[in-house]
Amino acid sequence: MSTVEKVGAGAGTYVDQRLGSNRFLKRSLSKVFPDHWSFMLGEIALYSFIVILLTGTYLTLFYKPSMVEVIYQGSYVPLKGIAMSEAYASSLDISFDVRGGLLLRQMHHWAALIFVAAVSVHLLRIFFTGAFRKPREFNWIIGVVLLTLALGAGFSGYSLPDDLLSGTGLQIARGIVQAIPIIGTWGAFLLFGGQFPGDDFISRIYSVHILLIPGLILALVTVHLMMVWVQKHTQFPGPGRTNNNVVGYPLMPVYMAKAGGFFFIVFGIIALLGGLVSINPIWIFGPYTPDQVSAGSQPDWYIGWLDGMLRTMPNWETAVGGITISWNVFIPAVVLPGLIFTAMALYPFLEAWVTGDKREHHLLDRPRNAPVRTAIGVMSLTFYMLLWIGGANDIIATTFDLSINAITWFLRVALFVLPPLAFVFTKRVCLGLQRKDRDKLLHGYESGRILRLPHGEFVEVHEPLDVKERAIIESRLMTDHAPLPMPASVDAAGVANKHYRVKRLQAKLSRVWYADQIPAPTMAEIEEGQHHAAHGALSEAPLHAHADALENVPFHGGVLHTPGEEKTNQEQLNDRGGHL
Amino acid sequence: MKSLVARRRHPLALALLLLFALAAVAGIYAVASASAPAIASDSTQTQVEEGKKLYLEGCSSCHGLGAEGTVNGPTLIGVGAAAVDFQVSSGRMPLAAPGAQAQAGPAMYDEKEVAQLAAYVASLAPGPQIPTAEDLNTDNVDVALGGLLFRTNCAQCHQAAGGGGALTQGKYAPSLMGSEPKEIWEAMVTGPQSMPVFSDSSITPDDKRAIIAYIEELQTSASPGGLDLGRIGPVTETVFLFTAVAAALAFAAIWIGMKAR
Ligand code: HEC
Ligand code: HEC
Ligand code: HEM
Repeated sequence: MSTVEKVGAGAGTYVDQRLGSNRFLKRSLSKVFPDHWSFMLGEIALYSFIVILLTGTYLTLFYKPSMVEVIYQGSYVPLKGIAMSEAYASSLDISFDVRGGLLLRQMHHWAALIFVAAVSVHLLRIFFTGAFRKPREFNWIIGVVLLTLALGAGFSGYSLPDDLLSGTGLQIARGIVQAIPIIGTWGAFLLFGGQFPGDDFISRIYSVHILLIPGLILALVTVHLMMVWVQKHTQFPGPGRTNNNVVGYPLMPVYMAKAGGFFFIVFGIIALLGGLVSINPIWIFGPYTPDQVSAGSQPDWYIGWLDGMLRTMPNWETAVGGITISWNVFIPAVVLPGLIFTAMALYPFLEAWVTGDKREHHLLDRPRNAPVRTAIGVMSLTFYMLLWIGGANDIIATTFDLSINAITWFLRVALFVLPPLAFVFTKRVCLGLQRKDRDKLLHGYESGRILRLPHGEFVEVHEPLDVKERAIIESRLMTDHAPLPMPASVDAAGVANKHYRVKRLQAKLSRVWYADQIPAPTMAEIEEGQHHAAHGALSEAPLHAHADALENVPFHGGVLHTPGEEKTNQEQLNDRGGHL
Repeated sequence: MKSLVARRRHPLALALLLLFALAAVAGIYAVASASAPAIASDSTQTQVEEGKKLYLEGCSSCHGLGAEGTVNGPTLIGVGAAAVDFQVSSGRMPLAAPGAQAQAGPAMYDEKEVAQLAAYVASLAPGPQIPTAEDLNTDNVDVALGGLLFRTNCAQCHQAAGGGGALTQGKYAPSLMGSEPKEIWEAMVTGPQSMPVFSDSSITPDDKRAIIAYIEELQTSASPGGLDLGRIGPVTETVFLFTAVAAALAFAAIWIGMKAR
């Protein structure tokens, strides 16, 4: 044993004798994780969050969360002598006078954008592959809460520098709070500690930004990962992968090495961005004062859809007994987001109720095999992306020489028309893919080799699927589920079914869910089909083998004959009873 | 400077040198030809008369024979030489096609003719003058004050970085990234189309110079943070995030996912 090993073993024993940790470590380190590039999305979120924590800590050393007015005397000349809040002045100092400050500030902001993007795309991966199904519903809810917290973290951070852009965002946020009927005005006063912008808000949102939200995120991420650990990671279908096993690499050393390496890649990309690509140039926007606003004011990307809703909503208000209810703000900024996030959190339960599927799922769905879910996903994405257009309407108008009013009207129609179209279109595509899968299982895959039959017809030679593809396509057999039966209004004893109406609705929705599914073939049919394809492809071997000699193929009365083959194709065909 | 010396043998250096030479020639020519009408202007009367001729040919169909205005164009009485200089040298006038707003483009008249048109319109009634070199002298002005005034008075339409912004019904405030000091001054004193007039009582000449200095600062300053993405904030940042950054991360994820196989 080398000295290093001795020291290592000694330390290990020392710790183990006190904590009994060796058994735990041994079990944990050999735990197996499945592998797929899309499983890296959650990792990107985790790693960018670590970068956020590191860079954010550095920023706290220099940032001053205070709205006290100061006169700027730093080194950025075009703002010298201007009155501004201490928060803004310290953000300028971080950018121009603190060593490495601008790099870290830009890294922090890029990491924040990447963090929310990774969380969102990670969520899409979970959704489209059905990874939220039993037993992982709770982890899905934690994910939705994490997404909300990420939005809150981003928005609160965006507000800290107290520049013109962030102040404009805050003013809109205050308008949203005020639009809540009855409690709005009072709520806004409470939040800002008086008139806007007041003196308290920055220090309040600072503690939210650096303490409350990161703390909650950290706690929830821990629970999130522990649940993945305990419930095991789902896996995509493949050879040897079933609902009851996990095929992959052990945590140590393969997975650790990969994850560690990936962390440094993500870190590196963020560092490059921070150093090379400008983000949030607060010195251009200037300090916030309520009497200024810049054209083209936009929030960060993850708030863009909310801004889009606000900008697209018609200007509706009603005055009831001296109180004005601003539907134009209340609906798009409070009601709809509330509904959307609630629906998102409840989705796993809604889907399980409709499908009646109470089984555990550790094997992921291929999106095509759940056409309605996939269609709902694409429909929602379409809606979301249209709202992005709404949020950037002024920039789009100037960039593409369009009228802002035309864009708004386009969106008011498109938001109702395009998502349903996306739904129908996606479902069709899924069903088409299902049909293709069925064909492959029943007849093998199309090899691309065209054969001309004696009577002149052209056919394509089919070959059996390889193990991997077959396992992937066949996985559907393990997850398929029949629609729920229609309930009877009275049971066998003639007693009225109390839950008849609810059950009937459930059964009807269930039918919609499974409607048009292309039935998967049975295992026996598949065996037969694959066998047939294998046989067919094999008996074509002579043709196959001489494929390149085809140019000088002599014809015998229209019958293809391969040189070196004693029987003509016609004869071979007859031998096989006319089957290829 | 060191790097400049090191690169003087670069093949591009010759091209650059030629470019400088051409620019210098063009500059001298421009100065020479610009001073020509100044010499001719000792007889203002002839200039007004020449201008009137040009006006009747090119402008009267819309602005009326006596510049009193028609259904096709507003009156020019009292708009001043500055308005004519701004509109005609930026190519907005004569109006080429009806649209949400007159488009800037190549000028239809040379500098001498613009001066004649301006003299004619100025002779109809007093109005804002074309700024002199002294008006536009931005030595010793407070750039930071200019920034403050710019954000208070201009940014709501032209955007804080001067990149321009959308107005309603297809109208827009153009980007100021290529605007000359004279043009900026004239825009402020005449308020073209949807832009308000900033008279000397609302923004003093000193303040106007400060604004001009700040816009020049915006035009010339380097981006301290690296690639500036147009300085318009989150929209281009988002586009960059979901193209370049997403591609880099996806590439890394797929590469890492692939390696152990
Ligand atoms: C095809 C019609 C047309 C022609 C030709 C035309 N103009 Fe105009 N002009 C307009 C219209 C319309 C406006 C108003 C633009 C606006 O404010 O939206 C205008 C505005 C102007 C203004 C700005 C007035 C103000 O209130 O500030 C000036 C100056 C002007 N024109 C000068 C000229 C001159 C000089 C010519 C000839 C070289 C000319 N125009 C030719 C249609 C025309
Ligand atoms: C209400 C919106 C609005 C405000 C405020 C405003 N502008 Fe403008 N500005 C415009 C519009 C619209 C145009 C285009 C006019 C045209 O095309 O004839 C314009 C044109 C200009 C131009 C000419 C640009 C070019 O490409 O030829 C300059 C320079 C300019 N503005 C400077 C300023 C300055 C400086 C301020 C602040 C003191 C200011 N503007 C305030 C709307 C505005
Ligand atoms: C949880 C995820 C987080 C997100 C999404 C996030 C996001 C942001 C954003 C978008 C900004 C604006 C930055 C700018 O352009 O100046 C910001 C600023 C800031 N953040 Fe965070 N942040 C997070 C966590 C943290 C943490 C954990 C800390 C400290 C430990 C922190 C400290 C700061 C500070 C001090 C600023 C102000 C910097 C400045 O104004 O220059 N952040 N944050």
